[in-house]
Amino acid sequence: MIDAEDHALLQARVLTKWYGLQIGCRDISFELYPGEVMAVVGESGSGKTTLLQLLSGQLAPSAGHVFYRMRDGVMRDLASLGEAERRFLFRTDWGYVHQEPALGLRMAVSGGANVGERLMAVGWRHYGRIRGAAKDWFDRVEIAYDRIDDVPTTYSGGMRQRLQIARNLVTNPRLVFMDEPTGGLDVSVQARLLDLIRRLVGELRLAAIIVTHDLAVARLLSQRIIVMKDGAAIESGLTDQVLDDPREPYTQLLVSSILPA
Amino acid sequence: MYALDLVNVKKSFTLHLQGGLHLPVVAGVNFAVQPGTCVALTGPSGCGKSSILKMIFGSYRCDGGHILVRDSDHIVDIATASPRTVLMMRQRAMSYVSQFLLAVPRVATIDVVAETLRRAAPDEARTRAADLLRRLNIPERLMAVPPATFSGGEQQRVNIARGFLPNCPVLLLDEPTASLDSENRAVVIDLIAGKKRGGVAVVAIIHDKQVRDAVADQIVDVASFAAA
Repeated sequence: MIDAEDHALLQARVLTKWYGLQIGCRDISFELYPGEVMAVVGESGSGKTTLLQLLSGQLAPSAGHVFYRMRDGVMRDLASLGEAERRFLFRTDWGYVHQEPALGLRMAVSGGANVGERLMAVGWRHYGRIRGAAKDWFDRVEIAYDRIDDVPTTYSGGMRQRLQIARNLVTNPRLVFMDEPTGGLDVSVQARLLDLIRRLVGELRLAAIIVTHDLAVARLLSQRIIVMKDGAAIESGLTDQVLDDPREPYTQLLVSSILPA
Repeated sequence: MYALDLVNVKKSFTLHLQGGLHLPVVAGVNFAVQPGTCVALTGPSGCGKSSILKMIFGSYRCDGGHILVRDSDHIVDIATASPRTVLMMRQRAMSYVSQFLLAVPRVATIDVVAETLRRAAPDEARTRAADLLRRLNIPERLMAVPPATFSGGEQQRVNIARGFLPNCPVLLLDEPTASLDSENRAVVIDLIAGKKRGGVAVVAIIHDKQVRDAVADQIVDVASFAAA
């Protein structure tokens, strides 16, 4: 749902990252609004993950800035934030869904605790309420409630990924970063996860940035897309426009390389 | 006062994988659509009819000219609008019935249709979606099932329901009756007539002469816009 009254939530301005002499990504600029899902596509090594890490403040850019609208409505440069403000973003206002669920979960504590922990980090103390919120999220991501006390090592890959999503969304973030969220899953499991992500993003009116090499995932989930190659954004625009009417040689190659099912 | 006006619209493709082959499609496309009327695009396959519809909807880029769509009190040029503006126009000013249905694998048919009513309460959206699907002869038992396994004609009717449910002032139809039987063709003719009575401007590609004659107020021959 796009609303003309909204202000940009995130703004990237000529973001560039060098790794020594190696370029990570260069001159990336865009704005993201509440409720918008943007896909970042491109082959391995094109700079997608570097971009995601810059946008989420996990890497410092070599040049350029990332601005984020804090809950008080003020646009702030991520580089200028104090430690407490950064912690607030990571714990509450943002989610980060890793391709490998083990990176985003604590594998030694129960599924319920994985969800509850994010709430405790933002000050929830009442056990019953935390448990209730965890149960609600188990429902929403379609994990059977009787698995709430099991550790995620006993979960299947698809369940772990759904648990990671629950853990990220339980604090009502406004922005979620996803790095290949459906990578490495069986096709049937992927479909279920895509449907779930799509529904939750719509219901919660989340903004999301999704890195994927799968153009079908980009088409289903995103309204806007950035195509990356050798660290640069070579083409961007509406997802259906870029995929149906690609202009750049590399984008045409990407689109024509999909095998029809 | 037009609802939609195309001025000198131009489209070509450059196929980089075919050695930079340049394919001009259309040039000098000029036509306007008044509210409550239907313009039918005609011409042989490959002459650019679908390309024109896709440019209006913004899923193809426009290489030149203007595509002016009226959105209540102001006018938006889709040819130069930002992605965000095009998305907003799709939410409230334009709907599009494509030839093929693209749906999420696990979403029930009724929800595939109901989700096009973004501003309505979920219950109301589902009620209205069900009414329209019923009118299009989609049986109740299929509404709870994702449309992926439906026949071609059933999928097309789901697609039609998606395009017709929201009340947008501009409605774009790409072969809406191609795989329908005569009974369902008659339903679609009725639905288009209803939209026209409601003041909607319709642009349609319709090969079936009987359907075209029944709904079109003006014929635009796309072959006359052939690019040199």
